Amino acid sequence: MTATRRSFIKKTLTAGAGALASTLGWLTSLKALAAWQAENFKQGPLDDALKRLFNDQKITDSQAIAIRIPTIAENGAVVPITVSSTLPDVRAVSILVAKNPAPLAARFELSPELDTFVSARLKMAETSEVIAVAETGSGLYAARQVVKVTIGGCGG
Amino acid sequence: MSSIKIRSKREGGKTQIRALISHPMETGRSRDPKTNQLIPAHHIQELIVSHNGKVVANGQLGASISKDPYFAFVLKGGEPGDKIRIEWSDNLGNTDSEEHEIK
Repeated sequence: MTATRRSFIKKTLTAGAGALASTLGWLTSLKALAAWQAENFKQGPLDDALKRLFNDQKITDSQAIAIRIPTIAENGAVVPITVSSTLPDVRAVSILVAKNPAPLAARFELSPELDTFVSARLKMAETSEVIAVAETGSGLYAARQVVKVTIGGCGG
Repeated sequence: MSSIKIRSKREGGKTQIRALISHPMETGRSRDPKTNQLIPAHHIQELIVSHNGKVVANGQLGASISKDPYFAFVLKGGEPGDKIRIEWSDNLGNTDSEEHEIK
């Protein structure tokens, strides 16, 4: 009886410690995420945003990335975009709007189970270039498309 | 009632996954038209899509994503009965998730 009770207490303690450790791990990953978010979704010019995201790595323009987006957006609050690519080994796709206060709109890490295909809807403050950057095993590739916005999407 | 709606469609050996999330996605820069006060930032920061328990897409989102965001992904393969799970968390610590079965 005592043994069972002892082992029960032991088990509870270990489980508790494990839970605590995993909570701490989770908290640090949350903190790392928050730091990444704060850093990369900062307001500022496009060049700074690209520099923060990709550390000055060379970005090559590529025909193998397709951006499907209206060239004239009547409503900047909702601009549908689809980015797809035939490049091999794409690990992540980032979408940036050059003239938005915070240029990075989203970055998606895609596992090999997914096609390189992402649709989303963007807010655009004004007429601007939209850039899609694919992070592949062999470097960074980008495609650009200018979208004319007739009504801005921020503070409308 | 979940804030997430998921639809899937199998076609040509692939499965298109579409999600619509109801969320204000406030940038923190727009003003309330009545009070002229800034509306605090409130937007989704992280979006996770899993297929049968395995994370297949992990999105970091900023406030440049439209209100009530819509996303679509294409899964290679996908069988009837497979589970798609989508979860999000926002900058105010709210989270939500929804599970969907591919038909």
